[in-house]
Amino acid sequence: MANQPVIAGKSIVCGYDDRDVLHAVDVEVGEGEFVGLIGPNGSGKSTLLRALTGILPLRTGVVILAGQPLSSYSRRQIAQRVAVVPQVSGSIFSFTVEDYVLMGRTPHLGRLQAQGPDDLHVAWQAMELADLTDLASRPVTELSGGELQRATLARAFAQQTNILLLDEPTAFLDINHQHEIFELLTRFNQDEQKTIVCVSHDLNLAAQYCQRLIVLSGGRIHIQGPPPAVVTAQMIAQVYHAEVQVDTGPGGAPRVSLIPETAAPEDEQI
Amino acid sequence: MSRHQALVTAGLVLLLIATVAISLATGPSPLPPQKAMRILVSRVPGLSSLAPQATAAEQSIVLGIRLPRLLLALLVGAALAVAGAVMQSFFQNPMAAPSILGVSAGATLGATAAIMLGLNIGIWGLSPVPICAFLGALAVSAAVYLLSRRGGRTPVTLLLLTGIALGSLASAISSFILIRGQQGDLDLVIIWMMGSLANRGWPEVQMILPYAIGASVVVYFYSRELNVLLMGDEQAYYLGVPVERVKLILLTLASLLAAAAVAVTGAIGFIGLIVPHLIRLLVGPQHRILLPLCFLGGGVILGLADIAANMAGEIPIGIVTSLIGAPFFLYLLHRAREYEF
Repeated sequence: MANQPVIAGKSIVCGYDDRDVLHAVDVEVGEGEFVGLIGPNGSGKSTLLRALTGILPLRTGVVILAGQPLSSYSRRQIAQRVAVVPQVSGSIFSFTVEDYVLMGRTPHLGRLQAQGPDDLHVAWQAMELADLTDLASRPVTELSGGELQRATLARAFAQQTNILLLDEPTAFLDINHQHEIFELLTRFNQDEQKTIVCVSHDLNLAAQYCQRLIVLSGGRIHIQGPPPAVVTAQMIAQVYHAEVQVDTGPGGAPRVSLIPETAAPEDEQI
Repeated sequence: MSRHQALVTAGLVLLLIATVAISLATGPSPLPPQKAMRILVSRVPGLSSLAPQATAAEQSIVLGIRLPRLLLALLVGAALAVAGAVMQSFFQNPMAAPSILGVSAGATLGATAAIMLGLNIGIWGLSPVPICAFLGALAVSAAVYLLSRRGGRTPVTLLLLTGIALGSLASAISSFILIRGQQGDLDLVIIWMMGSLANRGWPEVQMILPYAIGASVVVYFYSRELNVLLMGDEQAYYLGVPVERVKLILLTLASLLAAAAVAVTGAIGFIGLIVPHLIRLLVGPQHRILLPLCFLGGGVILGLADIAANMAGEIPIGIVTSLIGAPFFLYLLHRAREYEF
């Protein structure tokens, strides 16, 4: 990361109500990186992602987007630079997949400006990338979980931002769809030089696809670096309080396996 | 616009023409619809040759009494339906209605106070009742909004519950004023609460016209935001919508629309709920198409309801809309599978 980071958080303290979830977290993401945010439940990984989007007010610290504080941009300007894929549940409003993906053009259109052929073209490219063209006229209410997740990704692609932030894009998906989503993200990262920050629950998927992992624990960064340096049995014992065996998977990435029938971790501190 | 959407639009336009013809012909001294229609059309510059053989009395009944009442029905229905469409997007709920903001309860409080206190401050030919009802409706919806702010945000659930609470409070105050009143005033308030288009004229049309047209046009400019808000506040925010500012603008517009409508006619139920719902089932959730068709459909449905109220011996129109609207709404709920949540 010799270059200036495209998005960074500096000594971020934030949380919900009166409770701080993050305690002075510093994070920097360079252009074209594919970063995974991992950590146990409640460690603050989703909170960090939400802080980077600007939706969560910071108690102290600042988010820097392309060298400028996030607060110096309008909502629309941010959405032209950063797309966010939150955890989506199904909608009960029956937009077609095409209309849903076209919503990604919102930050690029003026108040009275109708979407034009260019917007349609961008939306269709995004749908092609996400392999959704066959479903273009299907209402989103009729999609499966994996299809809806792909449609939401396509909507983010249609925003044509340089940065993509994702909150557990593979939650509730089966193994085939998990793989599909991460392959799609990898293509987006490598072919289009897009910067990706992705919260993931799945250590193996994150280790396999991300270039750098940031491990959060108790609202602080525990360790960060390339997956082989980060995903170790020792780290998992310390942060997750789980005893695992880590070997190398077929792709060369670290592979985590639980050791069955072991006793609960001792001296767990709450 | 797809073929299907064009068909729905054409159907509504035909229904509008039929509504106009029947409405102008219906009343204590009935006329053939064709004749009533020709009296109206002959007033359009260049079409005076279409004028039928009609007495001066017939002319003045159609143009002086029935036309303003018809226009009022069309405008009130349109305003309520557009306000309902905004609320449903706002709450991401197809069962939201303008009354959620306490508009109806506030209007009732204003009207009750005006009738009971015997206010006499008419302006622009309007009696004090619609003016006080309008102010009451806006005051309550503004209070609902202000009391729902938390740390710079207005969560929709908080807004919903605050609306219920303040609506009940306003109703309780209305009832308290009512039981202290005299029998004659009591009757007036109760009739007002049921909603009616009887004995309304051009002053009421003038009162609602700028709101029904102006606010609806501004709402239309927010079609894209209304689409995106259906995805929820968080996703709308990520798609570049300044959610809080847009919500304040949309709430203000919906309150103005509903308040102006309720002020001139009294509380009319189900139009704001059922029309956007029905139109959405017919043409889908895109507001660019949904909003104009709500405007048209709301007008047509209230126009038809007023014909029914008129034929049934001038009963309050609110009774008609609820008698027909409620069972129809129940039917829709049972039929539509998207509400299995």
